Amino acid sequence: MDFGFNADQEMLRATARKFFENECTSDFVRARMAEDEGFTEEFWTKLAEQGWLGLVYPEPYGGAGLGFVDLTVLMEEMGRAVMPGPFFSTVLLGGLTLLEAGSDAQKKEWLTKIAEGQARVTLAWTEPSARWDAAGVTTTAKATGSGFTLSGTKLFVPDAHVAHALVVVARTAEGQNPEDGISLFLVPTDARGVSVTLLPTMDQTRKLCEVKLDDVAVPAAAMLGTRGGGWTPLTRVAQRATVALCAEMCGGAQKVLDMTTEYAKIRIAFGKPIGSYQGVKHKAADMLVDVENAKSLTYYAAWAVDENVPEAALAASMAKAYTSDAFRKVAGAGIQLHGGIGFTWEHDLHLYFKRAKASEFTFGDSTYHREKVAQLINL
Amino acid sequence: MDFTLTSEQEAFRERVRAWLESNIPDEWAKLGLSEVPRPEAYAFLRKWQAKLFDAGFIGLTWPREYGGQGLTFLEEMILHQEMALRKAPPILNVLGVGMAGPTIIAYGTEEQKQRYPAKILSCEEIWCQGYSEPNAGSDLASLQTRAVKDGDHWVVNGQKVWTSLAHIADWMMLLARTDPDAPKHKGITYFLLDMKTPGVTVKPLRQITGDAEFNEVFFDNVRVPESRVLGGVNNGWAVGLTTLMYERLALGFGLQVRLRISVDQLIDMARRMGKNGQALTRDPVMRQKLAQLWIDTESLKYTGARAVTKLLKGELPGPEASTGKMMWVETHQRLQELAMEIQGPYSQLVRGAAAAVDGGVWQYSFLRSRANSIEGGTTEIQKNIIGERVLGLPKG
Repeated sequence: MDFGFNADQEMLRATARKFFENECTSDFVRARMAEDEGFTEEFWTKLAEQGWLGLVYPEPYGGAGLGFVDLTVLMEEMGRAVMPGPFFSTVLLGGLTLLEAGSDAQKKEWLTKIAEGQARVTLAWTEPSARWDAAGVTTTAKATGSGFTLSGTKLFVPDAHVAHALVVVARTAEGQNPEDGISLFLVPTDARGVSVTLLPTMDQTRKLCEVKLDDVAVPAAAMLGTRGGGWTPLTRVAQRATVALCAEMCGGAQKVLDMTTEYAKIRIAFGKPIGSYQGVKHKAADMLVDVENAKSLTYYAAWAVDENVPEAALAASMAKAYTSDAFRKVAGAGIQLHGGIGFTWEHDLHLYFKRAKASEFTFGDSTYHREKVAQLINL
Repeated sequence: MDFTLTSEQEAFRERVRAWLESNIPDEWAKLGLSEVPRPEAYAFLRKWQAKLFDAGFIGLTWPREYGGQGLTFLEEMILHQEMALRKAPPILNVLGVGMAGPTIIAYGTEEQKQRYPAKILSCEEIWCQGYSEPNAGSDLASLQTRAVKDGDHWVVNGQKVWTSLAHIADWMMLLARTDPDAPKHKGITYFLLDMKTPGVTVKPLRQITGDAEFNEVFFDNVRVPESRVLGGVNNGWAVGLTTLMYERLALGFGLQVRLRISVDQLIDMARRMGKNGQALTRDPVMRQKLAQLWIDTESLKYTGARAVTKLLKGELPGPEASTGKMMWVETHQRLQELAMEIQGPYSQLVRGAAAAVDGGVWQYSFLRSRANSIEGGTTEIQKNIIGERVLGLPKG
């Protein structure tokens, strides 16, 4: 039994930590927050050069062929740096959907471009109903002579404004079971009838868009996978992206704990460092428990999706249920223990606090995943 | 990462499983489900532990020459998991096996190591822990029980309290002050005290469960031979508080599996108990609570596995190792509260009431669980330790 990271993974962690400390400073993050794009081409190229954009893609598709346990290490470091930009949307949403559902030719073309930093692809799934289940998909794809016509509105689509293409989740058939009739289409963002609007968001490091599809004509070759067979790969993407998101959240929570602990050692009140008071110390201990348990569940989930064990869905939901609560609580406690300075724009804590809130509702919050756990353990 | 076991480890698991299958006595089921040794089970549990000893299923990591099996921590963990899964009876001499034995093996003279550990494992001699006093609980180092040198003996006067199993114990791990002038941590000595020595008086204390599981112990000019000092005079603080990482983690693994079994039993009960005409497991709020318990129980397992991995690699465990007790306590107490919530008005019916749910076993474990956040270091002390030793925050 070995529930730890190997030497290569530890080395990846050290490399990533150093890279983000140099390249993804607070100043860099804040500059990206203030701009619409949310990233720079220069930074994106550096991520590609590190091999991180294709980390989990197989080698024939331009990737490094590593697994989700390796990715966990990288995501933790990205979360620690509260890294802005379309990494999550491109590598884990658009890219993974291509990997799960695309043909060999589609994967070769697109995953290679993603890994090289040449293409960004996001996933247009949720709609104004904000549902993660199949019944929430009402965007239609009507068959025409040569392909399909897509119509509908997608909401909460990450980074669509900087993506070259979208994977659109649409309904090709109505049926008894809402999961039947879901199909996936690869649509260039500049296709006629696609309009993308960037939305003002609380977490400015995570850009969200509304995507309107107004009779968008796509060829039959734009379909990923089989007609009506989109839900199964989509579920797998959601499961894997959820685990990666949890890892990013763990990294953010650990950073908040580190900042708070350091502050509690130097901030003097009533003649002593505040960390010597049990009101502060005990809260910090609670934060540690939250962070460590979130990591344990996330690491296990990463292993479970890598090995594709039957428990993978349960492991992912356990991790997300716990980590959503943990990051929110830890980020909130971090602000509380910092006092007034923690409430300022100048201090970085709010970046983590807002990221925690954004991540909490991505792919379902704690309540959603606890119910999933309940179902999976046959309650 | 790899959660698979080697074929040798799997074979060991099979051997434990097969042995437990044919050796857990039928009468155990009739005594009730309690994981905590209760007085009516003492005689039974002595026999059970002796049986485990004869089969070589106790003291796995202890050296063979002192009665152990010389195996690794992983076998120990497998054993604890299997015992919990099989709902095997608990170890009666838990303080001896968990603390006294490993401490004697770590600090004892060869003579002491030959004399005590094997009899701890076989349950021939039961041990209790003489640490807490009326004015020294969480602040253990301020203990006042005195030991004064008189020839080749030490003469002990004072009092201990909350001493579990003292009423049936043959020996006590006794911390007493031997140098009143030294700073409080430095004047304490660890003694191996024969409970039959004249001057030792044990008075049982009745607990909120109604049982008397722990005691007050009084020392009136109790003479302890010099040969029963463990680890040197005035070195008792280091000896007594040596972090017995392996033992605690092994115990922790057993506790985690038992917790998981309790969650299963709780879910089973929720299925049987109705609310407004449907099973409680259909109630969305109850589903949330049960799922959270499940998740927390699993997280305890994986956090333990991370700590064990580091130990097996010969590294010191990180922050994850320190959170186990606190997390287990919080989860277990919440589980027991939920058991009462599931029963509603039936929560009032205890053993003896014909309509009591599951014979009233939950009522006992609910009340007993209140001690969890106090015994073995209060939750508040655990948080101080995490804050200071793990996070590096200054002492108050």
